[in-house]
Amino acid sequence: MADPKTVKEQKYDRQLRLWGDHGQDALENAHVCLINASATGTEILKNLVLPGNPGIGAFTIIDGHKVSGEDVGNNFFLSNNNIGKNRAQAATELLQELNSDVSGNFVEESPDKLLDNDPEFFHRFSLVIGVQLPESTCLRLGAVLWSVGVPFLVCRAYGLIGYMRLVVKEHTVIESHPDNALEDLRLDQPFPELKNHIDSYDLDSMEKKDHSHTPWIIIVAKYLAKWHSEHNYQLPKNYKEKEAFRELIRQGILRNENGALEDEENFDEAIKNVNTALNPTKISSTVEDVFNGEQCENITSQTPAFWVMARAVREFVRNEGRGNLPVRGTIPDMIADSEKFIKLQNVYREKAMQDASVVSKHVEALLQSVGKPPESISEQDIKLFCKNAAFLRVVRCRSLAEEYSVESFNKDEITSCMDSPDSEMVLYLMLRSVDRFYQQHSRYPGVYNYQVEEDISKLKLCVNSLLQEYGLTVNVKDDYIHEFCRYGAAEPHTVAAFLGGSAAQEAIKIITHQFVPFNNAFIYNAMSQTSTTFQL
Amino acid sequence: MAELAEPMVVDGGSGDRGTWQGRWDHVKKFLERAGPFTHPDFEPSTEALSGFRHIHVVDMDVIDVSNLNRQFLFRPKDVGRPKADVAADFVNSRVPGCHVVPHFKKIQDLDETFYRQFHIVVCGLDSVIARRWMNGMLLSLLIYEDGILDPSSIIPLIDGGTEGFKGNARVILPGMTACIDCTLELYPPQINFPMCTIASMPRLPEHCVEYVRMLLWPKEKPFGDGVALDGDDPEHIQWVYQKSLERASEFNITGVTYRLTQGVVKRIIPAVASTNAVIAAACATEVFKIASSAYLPLNNYLVFNDVDGLYTYTFEAERKENCPACSQIPQDLHFSPSAKLQEVLDYLKESASLQMKSPAITTTLDGKNKTLYLQTVASIEERTRPNLSKTLKELGLSDGQELAVADVTTPQTVLFKLNLTSQGS
Repeated sequence: MADPKTVKEQKYDRQLRLWGDHGQDALENAHVCLINASATGTEILKNLVLPGNPGIGAFTIIDGHKVSGEDVGNNFFLSNNNIGKNRAQAATELLQELNSDVSGNFVEESPDKLLDNDPEFFHRFSLVIGVQLPESTCLRLGAVLWSVGVPFLVCRAYGLIGYMRLVVKEHTVIESHPDNALEDLRLDQPFPELKNHIDSYDLDSMEKKDHSHTPWIIIVAKYLAKWHSEHNYQLPKNYKEKEAFRELIRQGILRNENGALEDEENFDEAIKNVNTALNPTKISSTVEDVFNGEQCENITSQTPAFWVMARAVREFVRNEGRGNLPVRGTIPDMIADSEKFIKLQNVYREKAMQDASVVSKHVEALLQSVGKPPESISEQDIKLFCKNAAFLRVVRCRSLAEEYSVESFNKDEITSCMDSPDSEMVLYLMLRSVDRFYQQHSRYPGVYNYQVEEDISKLKLCVNSLLQEYGLTVNVKDDYIHEFCRYGAAEPHTVAAFLGGSAAQEAIKIITHQFVPFNNAFIYNAMSQTSTTFQL
Repeated sequence: MAELAEPMVVDGGSGDRGTWQGRWDHVKKFLERAGPFTHPDFEPSTEALSGFRHIHVVDMDVIDVSNLNRQFLFRPKDVGRPKADVAADFVNSRVPGCHVVPHFKKIQDLDETFYRQFHIVVCGLDSVIARRWMNGMLLSLLIYEDGILDPSSIIPLIDGGTEGFKGNARVILPGMTACIDCTLELYPPQINFPMCTIASMPRLPEHCVEYVRMLLWPKEKPFGDGVALDGDDPEHIQWVYQKSLERASEFNITGVTYRLTQGVVKRIIPAVASTNAVIAAACATEVFKIASSAYLPLNNYLVFNDVDGLYTYTFEAERKENCPACSQIPQDLHFSPSAKLQEVLDYLKESASLQMKSPAITTTLDGKNKTLYLQTVASIEERTRPNLSKTLKELGLSDGQELAVADVTTPQTVLFKLNLTSQGS
């Protein structure tokens, strides 16, 4: 019988490659709540349950509805022999079947009832996902979750429109895994060990073999020194100067006895990388904002590890780092012989370790100052934090209350988007309008064919009252009002599935604190296959 | 290699539709009601629906344990069974009235008579080669009368692909819109390490693994003569892993792990349930639009990326005027008569617009069919190999000569016209 750990690793192999053991642990301890096992809900949960254990440890479905024939028609996780039974239970069974390692629970109760009788019930969850919720329920639940800091993800599929809203007060990300990160080479201000290493090379006296297998970083550094001495210690700044610098490097390529250029790929690499290698080392404004955050300033015994480490790095930057973050310690692969590459890589690696241990001392001091033991934050975590220091992100979403209040709603965002009347923003306004319709008529517009005609004018009144209440002078085209009546609040499976994938990924980001979640409203238009994110 | 081509038919209905009250409520509104954004030709119908009933699934793979974390139709008990069979069984029992027919085959094992029966083809393939093949197959089914394309011979191709947190979905109307080959340059080149790095100058743990895979394994034949390295065999991977560690320690390289070893050997690309769900949904939406004629289909390429928030970008990929696959324009080759056949071969493989894998070149000389070079059959390869170092003139090729080239990237031979220039290109 194979080692269970290996079997687990085999099953989750493809995921482990993406968010590592760290992320898997966070998932294992997560308990996700889904409200409403509609098609959208089960599609979201399916994507969370499948990755399994490690994967979310547990889920609970809250749903007061009974399974209808309509439900079975668009939901892969309900079958027609479930009709009449409680929807939460039926869906839990079919989802549980996907993965025996995850613990599935259900509550046959409407969220409104729970909010009436036992709002604390929601406090236990790592994340609450509310699907196809009426506006009032959504706002009530939003207020409860906001007060206890439980992240809330609102999702709905309405006709051919998908909508997601993330509500989380403050979400920190250490491992954001940016797509196109610049390297941290410090060529503009080499630290002493790097400078010594560069000095140990003498390009002019090298044999061809060594010359052609010298890492491009060394080459750029050497020619930069030449440039410096002729240009008053300034870096090449504009296109013209960089071009001249590239030419300088080109001059260094060896020639054979006939004067023809030898094939030196490492020099080609050096020339190609001039553009990015000479970027001045500096701290991005995003990271500066992290350092200036209130949480970073006031460290208490309650302060989460992220902020303690951020403060420690800030101390480093302002002291030993002389304005710079800890060295990242990685270099890209490049043409070079093994020995030269490894030596150079080790120079960066060792500096990174050094810097990380200085940061560690700062962490210790901070923890001590608030009476916490130094082991509260592990060396491993500090190293990881330092390695990702340039990519720290903090996401803060406004509450639903702020979005909905006439005093604080984001008028500018709505108005400027509506300058193009076909922007996805009109779909947001329509969703708000159908909610208004529901409040007034206890149903959504156009559910039955005979209603469509009448409801268009009724819905238009809702649109106008919405715009008036918020003082919005934007134009909502009649076409959209007609279209939203036409939808009849249908939840087509393909839209539910698109949201299922999108929402599940955002949920995983929230739980693992890796990769960056959206902020804060996402609209998908299946007619045009387009989408936009707004900050509301 | 995972493949899933889902050709399907929308059925008018006969026999047990497996229907119940309310079954079609979420869908019928889109078919019964016209609206301001529906297709201009759309005619709402109040006939009862039947959904997509006849679906054929083609997949050459069997289920592996590592598939279970994102392929939700498969369970642990299914490991080892063909994916097509298990998928069909699952859907058929979960969706009453649906009839999925499985084909445990490569897409290339089926011919025009098979593909011609379908209204729509949907692909979730994992290689560019396979996509190009399917693309070529549907193009070969097009009927032109007096140079005019007969629209009833068009079978739309909906293609989806993912890699980690990124994905794309596209709609191809063969003969009308950009095809796979029109946008070949959009596909990122595969990363292959140069041989000298692997053989004598490794720097990364990946170089060490490649060294063992490409050089040591064929030399040491650890599991016997002629036994190929099987990425799915843990014993094979364990051997490669140990040897890679040895190689790495020779050069002071750290970072070789079992997982990394397996990743390199199997060219594993990380996969996520969510991205696949999003792209599959987008493709399914297009199938619905095209089958129902209710909306204009995606025009024609959607890119999705949710590394940082969620980002989509939709654009119209343009047809290439001289696309080797769909333009019907014979491709020109420009070479000097003193160029060697090897140069022609290299061009066919390395040109960004052709990217052939192992092209076989034939032509007609003195009224007879002559194979100039063919790589895929050992005996023919040996016989025609000397031709590679001969010049085009020596081979008897003249200006304007037609060369027929066959390759895995296309089901039909591609015709090239040879232009013998005074200066080679």
